[in-house]
Order: sequence, then structure tokens, then C-alpha cells
Amino acid sequence: MDDLTEHERPMPVPRKLFTKGVGVLFLLMGIGFCFAAYRFLFGLQAVTNLDQQHPWGLWIAIDVATGVALAAGGFTTAALAHIFHREHYHAITRPALLTAMLGYTFVGIGLMADLGRYYNIWHPALPTMWQGNSVLFEVGMCVMCYVTVLYIEFLPIVCERFMNDLRFPTLATLAGGVHRMVEKSMFLFILAGVVLSCLHQSSLGNLMVIAPSKVHPLWFTPILPLLFLLSAIAVGFPMVIFESVYASWAMKLKPEMHVLSALARYVPVLLGLYLAFKVGDLLIRGSYVHLAEGSVRSAMFLLEVVGGCVVPLVMLLSERTRNCPRRLFVAALLIVLGVALNRVNVFLVSYQPPYATKVYFPSVGEFAVTIGLVSALIFIYRVFVTYLPVISSPSQARTE
Amino acid sequence: MNPSRRDFFRISGAAGLTGLAATQAASASTARPPSPDWMGVLVDIPNCIGCRKCEFACREAAARSAQEGSKEAALFQPPELNTFEDKSVFASHRRPEPHCHTMINRYPNPADPAKPIYVKANCLHCSDPACASACLVGAFRKQPNGAVTYDAWKCMGCRYCMVACPFQIPTYEYDNPLTPQVRKCTLCANEGNPNRGIAPACVKICPQDCLIWGKLAELLDLAHEKIRNQPDRYVDHVYGEHEAGGTSWLYLSGVPFEKLDLVKLDPKAPPRLTESVQHGVFKYFVPPLAWYGILGLIMHLSQPRSHDAHGAGPDPKDG
Repeated sequence: MDDLTEHERPMPVPRKLFTKGVGVLFLLMGIGFCFAAYRFLFGLQAVTNLDQQHPWGLWIAIDVATGVALAAGGFTTAALAHIFHREHYHAITRPALLTAMLGYTFVGIGLMADLGRYYNIWHPALPTMWQGNSVLFEVGMCVMCYVTVLYIEFLPIVCERFMNDLRFPTLATLAGGVHRMVEKSMFLFILAGVVLSCLHQSSLGNLMVIAPSKVHPLWFTPILPLLFLLSAIAVGFPMVIFESVYASWAMKLKPEMHVLSALARYVPVLLGLYLAFKVGDLLIRGSYVHLAEGSVRSAMFLLEVVGGCVVPLVMLLSERTRNCPRRLFVAALLIVLGVALNRVNVFLVSYQPPYATKVYFPSVGEFAVTIGLVSALIFIYRVFVTYLPVISSPSQARTE
Repeated sequence: MNPSRRDFFRISGAAGLTGLAATQAASASTARPPSPDWMGVLVDIPNCIGCRKCEFACREAAARSAQEGSKEAALFQPPELNTFEDKSVFASHRRPEPHCHTMINRYPNPADPAKPIYVKANCLHCSDPACASACLVGAFRKQPNGAVTYDAWKCMGCRYCMVACPFQIPTYEYDNPLTPQVRKCTLCANEGNPNRGIAPACVKICPQDCLIWGKLAELLDLAHEKIRNQPDRYVDHVYGEHEAGGTSWLYLSGVPFEKLDLVKLDPKAPPRLTESVQHGVFKYFVPPLAWYGILGLIMHLSQPRSHDAHGAGPDPKDG
């Protein structure tokens, strides 16, 4: 009944869980955990470089804003494979879904470290505290709903692991029942996931629109929500490509080039659309004059647009690049870094409070916590693909 | 398998949704209309002698309204009044701090170097406050008397209010690990019933007729009257009348306000832009539901032929 041929069926990757690389991840997680513990015991001041002039730092720019953007592979691949029915791409929907689910979960965990009163994180769920004018309220509600949708979308994958396990017959029956139930209504959740993603990806860009006098004119524009949405859509496939190639190298599997090369053909179109709006906005508002400032800000803007957008776009126009794992990987990575840099630029670099006397640069502790969280995410991803049917590789053929 | 033009336009449809809302934003008004009940303060900058008594009174009032002997009261408790006579603090420009919600700064006077200009910095209590619009749990509120107040019990500590404020006013207790609060001037709302409009402590202590407390509408008239009567003494601009949609604190000055760190701001209140985008995207929930419907239709229509035999409902395999 499944469209997938046997060799495309996702399967657990039966590899050793603990390697030297995983040891490094644990070390980074440990360091991050220590700094996080210190933050919870002694307050934000003890660990971060945040001050009265700079209320938002690395944790908001990377853990939250970039985390949400890079999880966009989940809804873009879901739209491609399930809504536009490009069945060819089914093989990449599960890894992308897993990344999105873990990504959003870690957005929540990262946010807890940044919130001064983290134990009140549930307050937006209380109707008495709803504040519909707040952009952050919209982001918060959409993210909460979307995380729930992602968990539901992931449920069948967990069920598949157990429903044919003859050692636990009761569990298998239960898993089978849940699997049937969720699969039947899955299309509702897939649609909801795409709508919720479009809403909060754009609202995330609307966050800084409330501070027109504090955001540098190179980045401030009323169409920031549109730019955030377009860049999220543009970074979705590159993120999937980057991850897929990297994961196959790390797990010594063959990269699924027949899918990835085809997927890469969409990227110049989507990235070009984003670039057109970004450059058009720059020209219409006349803010390109600030490019001649020769400041850190103008350099960061150029790096973001040229290095993270124009260069990979040109690269991906070539079929040779799209068919070569290493070149494709580099192009995808550039786009991922470019969008990440855009989020850092919008939330940190562009921020110029009127009475600034100093410049914000993240502390060692802030970096450590962020790196620890990313390490934990990578490790949990590895655990999931080791034990659950997430990755479908050509007969799981190992290159070794 | 290849990206077709049709796909491209379908995907860009998502972009149209927010684009539409952004264009609607341009036609929105500049600020919420003011209420006749709002109180305010008119700051006659040329009258200020920089005695810093208001800094003392501010802390003293906050300490008094806190529970006696509490940690809160100790945080605000000011040193002796005479320590505020120390002029060395004017060497650098200071901003409000978590436990001192107002600061006096000194600026050179181009007309008479012997008589420097002193300017009071504190929350201006915007007519259409960005902090209140930003707060996702409604911890900030524009009170009926015009004061913008904060409810720590609701607060999550996300500090978006600090990002949003164009005057860089809300401060944060970064050193408090468990119950940090956003702190700013409350217009002495805790001094009694905020709706009764009792003058704040800084106004009460001011010995120089520099701070004038009254109804916002009347203060505006008074400010313009002062400018008319003494055009040599004041520049023809009431700071706060239009800045960021208007504020409950108004300033009169003899030198341009930019020279006194009172930043130039657009008359459009910041929330007007974000809120019109947001309410455009969510208008009666029609755009999100329509988007859901359009995607559902695409999902149904683009189903591969082989599935049609199975009948209704799209049935995507493989979650």
C-alpha cells in the first residue's frame, strides 16, 4: 500500500551509538550544562553580557530566531511531498520532520535559559493573560501549536518501531492502533503545520518592526515579516540537503544524491525570490546608501547577502554543483550560514539603542550554553535515527 | 520532478499573505487617541538647577511603598539627601537604573557656559506605549490616569518591552536569579489609587517650578502658551506632543532637543505598524483559514492519478 519501494523505506540505522565524536558532544554538553546551572543559580548577570542597553543577546538570536528559521525544512518538505505530492521526496520528509521537532523543542529549552522568570513560560496559554496586540504572543502561540503538530506528525514513526515488535504484543497492538488513527487524519496536521509555520516565521520578522528607531536602516523595513518568511522558505531545502549529506558522511551511508540534486533545483528559485525582495526593498527605501558606511554593520550586511545568498545561488545554477555531494554541501551550508547570519544581524548587529555606551558581544558562558544545546540536539538526532525508522538510504548501503 | 512554474507561484502565495498585511500598515493612524483623564508632567527644562532632589524622592517613594523591612524596600532606600548634592556624577550621562527610575544629566549651554542645562530622564508614559503592545502576557498597562504600569506577577522576563521602548527606559534586575523584575517609573502609581492622580514624588519635591503636574490636555495648552509668551526662552517645539505617538511627559527647552539627548522620533507610535500587520494577517482569522483551505485544495488536486481510485480525502503516506 505504500508508494515507497522497499529500498526507499525508512529504517533504523543500526550503528554503534557511542563514538569518539559523540564523546566530544558529551563534553560540550557538559560545559554548556555547567554554565546553564550557574545562570539558574546566580542570574543572567553572572553568565551573560546582557545589560540595560542590550536586553537580547546570543540566546535569542541563535537558540530562538535561528533555531526556528533552520527548522523550516520540516514544513517546506512536508509541503513539497505531501501537499504538492512530489512523491519523489518522501525519503527526505522524515529527517526534516525530526530536525524540525527537535529544533523547536530546543527553541523552548533555550528560551527557558533566557527568560528571567522562566517558571512563567506557560502564562501565554492562560486566556486571562492573552495580549493579542503583541507580536511575541502570536509567535509564542503559533510555536506552541506547531510543536504539538510536529509531535503528532512524528507519532507514526515511533509507532512503526513498535507495531511489528512481537516481543511486546500489547504494545504492538496499541502502537498499531495509534498509527492507524493518526495516519488517517495526518493530512489535517500537515496542512496545519504549513499554515502555522508561515504565520510564525513571518511574525518572527515582525518582532523588530516595533523598534524602528533602534534597528539599523540596512535591516529595518516594514516588510521584515515577508523577508523572514521568504528566507525561511528558501533555507528549508538547503538545510535538508546540508543535514542529509552531513548525516550520510557521519554514518558512513551513501548520500541520497538522486533526491538531493533534484531538490537543489528548487533552491535558486526560492533563494532568488528572497534576494529579489531584499534587494528591491533596499533600493526602494534608498537604504543602500548605508552600504558605503564602511562599518561593521555594512560589512555584515554584505557578507550576509553576497556570501549567504548570491554566491550559493550562482553555484546552484550549475548542474555540476548540484550533482556533486561536496559542492552541493558547500552551497547548502553557505545558505544555512547566510540565513543564520541574517537572524543574528537583525536581532543583534542591527540593534542600536539610542543611549548606547557600549557594544554587546556574547560572553563565553552564552556561547557555551548555545554550543551545548546544539550538541545535545545532534546527539538526540543520532539516538532517534539509530532506533527509529527515520532515514531511508539506498538499501542502507554502507560505503565502507 | 523538476520545479515547475506552477509550484513556484503556489509557494510564493504564502509570501503574498504577509505582503498584503504590510501594505495595509501604511494607511494606519499615528497613535491611539488620548483620554481626557490622562495626567502628565510638563518639564520646564530652563528652570532645572540640577539639585537631584527628584532622584532622592523617587527612590524614597518606591522604598516607602514597598513592604517595610523587605528586601525590596532596602533596594530602593536612598542614601541621605545631602549625598545627592554631589555634582561629580554629571561627568557622564546616566540612564535610569532598576532602583533609581529617574536621573538628572548635565549638558553644556551654548548661550551661557556658566549655566549648564539639566535634563531629567525617566519614563515618558507614552500615549500608545510600545512596551504594552510588545508584552505578550499584558504585564504592562496604560492606566486610566495615563500611567504605564507593570505587573511583575504576569511577567515572564522576556525583556521584549526593553527592545520595544524607543526611549530605552525599562531596566532589568539581571542580578536577581529567581524573581527579577522590569523596573521603571510608575508615575508613583503605588503612592495611592493611581486613578486619583496624586502628583508623583519627583514633582512634589521639585523646588524650582521645573515640573508641573496636571491634566495632559491642559499641560499641552500651557506649554504652547509659554512658548508664545516667551519665544526667546523656548524653541518652538513641545517634546512629547508628537514623539512616538505622544507622551504624558512634555518638555520645553531653550536649545534643540537633540542636543539634550531627547532623541528625534517619528510621530507614528511604534505599535501602529506591528499591530496593523498582525491584525491584518489575523483579520477574523480569515487569512489563516483561507490559506489552510487553499493548501488543502492543492493537496487534493495534485494527488497522483493512482490515488483517485481510492476515493475521497487526500491520504499522504509516511508521516
